[in-house]
Amino acid sequence: MAIRLRDSAVSIRLEACGKTFADGTRALEPLTLDITAGETVVFLGPSGCGKTTTLRLIAGLEKPDAGGRVRFGDDDVTALPIEKRNVGMVFQSYALFPNMSVAQNVAYGLRVRRVASVERAAQVTEMLDLMHLQEFANRSVDQLSGGQRQRVALARALIVKPRVLLLDEPLTALDAKLRETLRVEIDRLLRELEITTIYVTHDQAEAMSLGDRIVVMEKGRVAQVGTPQEIYYRPASRFVAEFIGTMNRLRGVVRGGLMEIVGGHLPCDAADGETAELGFRPEDARIADASDGALAGRVAAAFFLGDRTRVIVEGVAEELIVVESSQRRQFVKGETVHIAVRPDTLLRLN
Amino acid sequence: MKREVGRLALLLAPAAIVFCAFWLLPMARIAVLGAEGPHGLAAYSAIITDARYFNALVSTVTLSVVVTVATVIISGIAGLFLARNHFPGRALLTAMLTLPLAFPGVVVGFMVIMLGGRQGLIANLAHQLFDVRAVFAYSIAGLFAGYLYFSIPRVILTMIAAMEKLDPALEEAARSLGAGPWRVLIDVVIPALKPAVISSSAICFATSMGAFGTAFTLATRINVLSLVIYTDFTYGADFVMAAAMSIVLGAITWLVLALARTLAGSTVAAAGG
Amino acid sequence: MSTFGYRLRFGLQLALTLATCAFLIAPVIMSIMAGVTGNYFTGIARSGMTLQWLEQVWHLYSQTVYLSLQIALACLAVTLVLGVPAAYVLARSRSRLTRLVEELLVLPIAVPGLATGLALILTYGDVRAFRTSWLFILVGHVLYTLPFMLRSVLAVMSSIDLRTLEEGAASLGASFRQRFFGVIVPNVRSGILAGALMVVTLSIGEFNITWMLYTPLTKTLPVGLAETYASMRLEVGSAYTIVFFIMIIPLLVAMQMMSRERRRIVRVVEDGNGNPASR
Repeated sequence: MAIRLRDSAVSIRLEACGKTFADGTRALEPLTLDITAGETVVFLGPSGCGKTTTLRLIAGLEKPDAGGRVRFGDDDVTALPIEKRNVGMVFQSYALFPNMSVAQNVAYGLRVRRVASVERAAQVTEMLDLMHLQEFANRSVDQLSGGQRQRVALARALIVKPRVLLLDEPLTALDAKLRETLRVEIDRLLRELEITTIYVTHDQAEAMSLGDRIVVMEKGRVAQVGTPQEIYYRPASRFVAEFIGTMNRLRGVVRGGLMEIVGGHLPCDAADGETAELGFRPEDARIADASDGALAGRVAAAFFLGDRTRVIVEGVAEELIVVESSQRRQFVKGETVHIAVRPDTLLRLN
Repeated sequence: MKREVGRLALLLAPAAIVFCAFWLLPMARIAVLGAEGPHGLAAYSAIITDARYFNALVSTVTLSVVVTVATVIISGIAGLFLARNHFPGRALLTAMLTLPLAFPGVVVGFMVIMLGGRQGLIANLAHQLFDVRAVFAYSIAGLFAGYLYFSIPRVILTMIAAMEKLDPALEEAARSLGAGPWRVLIDVVIPALKPAVISSSAICFATSMGAFGTAFTLATRINVLSLVIYTDFTYGADFVMAAAMSIVLGAITWLVLALARTLAGSTVAAAGG
Repeated sequence: MSTFGYRLRFGLQLALTLATCAFLIAPVIMSIMAGVTGNYFTGIARSGMTLQWLEQVWHLYSQTVYLSLQIALACLAVTLVLGVPAAYVLARSRSRLTRLVEELLVLPIAVPGLATGLALILTYGDVRAFRTSWLFILVGHVLYTLPFMLRSVLAVMSSIDLRTLEEGAASLGASFRQRFFGVIVPNVRSGILAGALMVVTLSIGEFNITWMLYTPLTKTLPVGLAETYASMRLEVGSAYTIVFFIMIIPLLVAMQMMSRERRRIVRVVEDGNGNPASR
């Protein structure tokens, strides 16, 4: 059963939207971004990077600094407060009304829009069925588990057929196992709905799996905008490279197209004598024989993860190197190993 | 385990002993005393049967109810305002509003005299403006003002505390669903304040019922229950009646507070601090 | 949502708040002024400022100030000794019995002070030595202030994980006495301090119970105030009230600062508990 919310989803445009708070903190540098109708965009970054501020600007809970404009499709909504923008928002703490039952919570948006009670009840029942919340309809919200509350929050936001769906770290308050299950559910839901969605998180696994595009943010600025693959394989800066996944970092002086490090050398196209910084992901390197391996080091530690082993190698560079191996063998601490890195996966970090 | 229970009992013992010896026992004593007079247990029903006591009861309850309603409204508006709006001087204003918390009833009575007595502020102003000395301190208006004076600070603090506990995300959620400011007030803010309103109303009512010092200082013609009890004890030497009526008054105030606790949930745990 | 409507609402609320403030503070200021005015009837402009009333009050009633302080401090000591262990017991064992005990211990403030005072007199009034000593008044004050110390400490104890703290200390070899004084008490310091301020403030200002219990030799400050209001001129009563304000206002300021500090900490803890509110 699919929910057909709107015949046409709406695009969002942020023009030069910055935000400075009353106490002087510059939470967001002027940002310009175009979001296509129906797309799911994830704002990803560490605490304080400005992602929630951006969400709140789109929602209408904050006003951008002078000169900033927010557009929903053809409408300039900059001057409209949130209650006039017809958005659906799911808060980190869910913000379910404690004095109302589950059904009343879900019905609230319709009540505000003065939908007749019969029609209202019918829509609420339909939505509760969709979210598998029928049995909780008359329960008070404090009797629900975290996962159930999250679904109520979603139901409440979606029932009013919003133009835009905004989710502020909806999974952060849940434990790891639940987060994974719900992530899959949300992903399915978002694909079905085809509604323009803004999702804020600091968890990169969520971002990568849910987003059509990811906006990586750092200290109030956009670090990179791109698809999950672009962000992962072609990070635009060191920050993005290190924030997403694990990145091995190597520094060394380049001579004759090769960067020299303790454990060997790697191809690098910097000028002679220049100090370069290269990065590669653990899965792009393998434990090889002495003849294939360009780098040599010693095993510092090995973590058996079931489907693969994470091997921490020292002696290759100043920092420890992380390599993933799917070989079915034990790694002994202190054992000499050789690492081969696929040259096309090397990233220039500086 | 047994050792732990023994230890806990030992730690609780001093407080329990003091309480039993100096409160429980004496209270039981006067409860018994109240029934030892010529009328026996009927003395307890004097609250209704005796005209003097009944009138005092009616006056006191009426006064307490009116004061409670007025206090909750005034403190509610002022408390909401202070909790929501941050402007320079706000902390000072809040401090000034809560200063009278520590005043004993006698000082409150004196403050009312300062405002409404023969040389009071209002009297002087009225004299200057209308050439009339408006003295209200010794009438029901003065009593009302006095009771308001010690009730407002208490309730305002509770209101402000309750407002600050309110999760702003709740209001934002209501707004995101289209609710305007009045709707948010009615659907989110006021329901969230309900426990605070109930508990502070009950405390206000109970305090007003049992107040003595204020009425004593203002020495009005209106006899509140505590004054009547006091007069009977001190001047009438009617220990029996005084004892019985004290128990009745105590029971009323305790009942009101207990009722409020069950209605509002046990959120009164830290209200004392 | 019109800005005019918003401004009007703001203005009205501000007006009410200011009016309430004026109602509460104006007489305080007036009485302070009256206490240092030569003649209140003729006004300060004509009769000038004077300290004679304060001198007169001190001459007549300095004993009451000392006694009130003495009782307040003694009350503090007693409520600490009685209340902190009792709060510990109530925090540790949440059985039906302890809940009943908690309800009982709070009764003295649910009941009018008059009743408590009456009960004490009718029960112990015959014991002459007790009846005429300041200890009689102390008992009344302790009964009245103990619930506040109890609640204040209990609130803090309930908010920290007492059991885990104790188990941690016990696992390191601490005896009960060491745990109580070395771990528990320091961790509930804020509750004890807040309770202490509350107890001292309440004791200095207690009237309803004290008025039933006092004798001419054991007059506290509020009792003295009642006397002067009834029988002496306005300026003397005002001067005496100034003395009361001097004693009480620093305590109130301290309590205000403490509660603001505590609320700030609570907000930080709550923000960090779920997840740091990221912007």
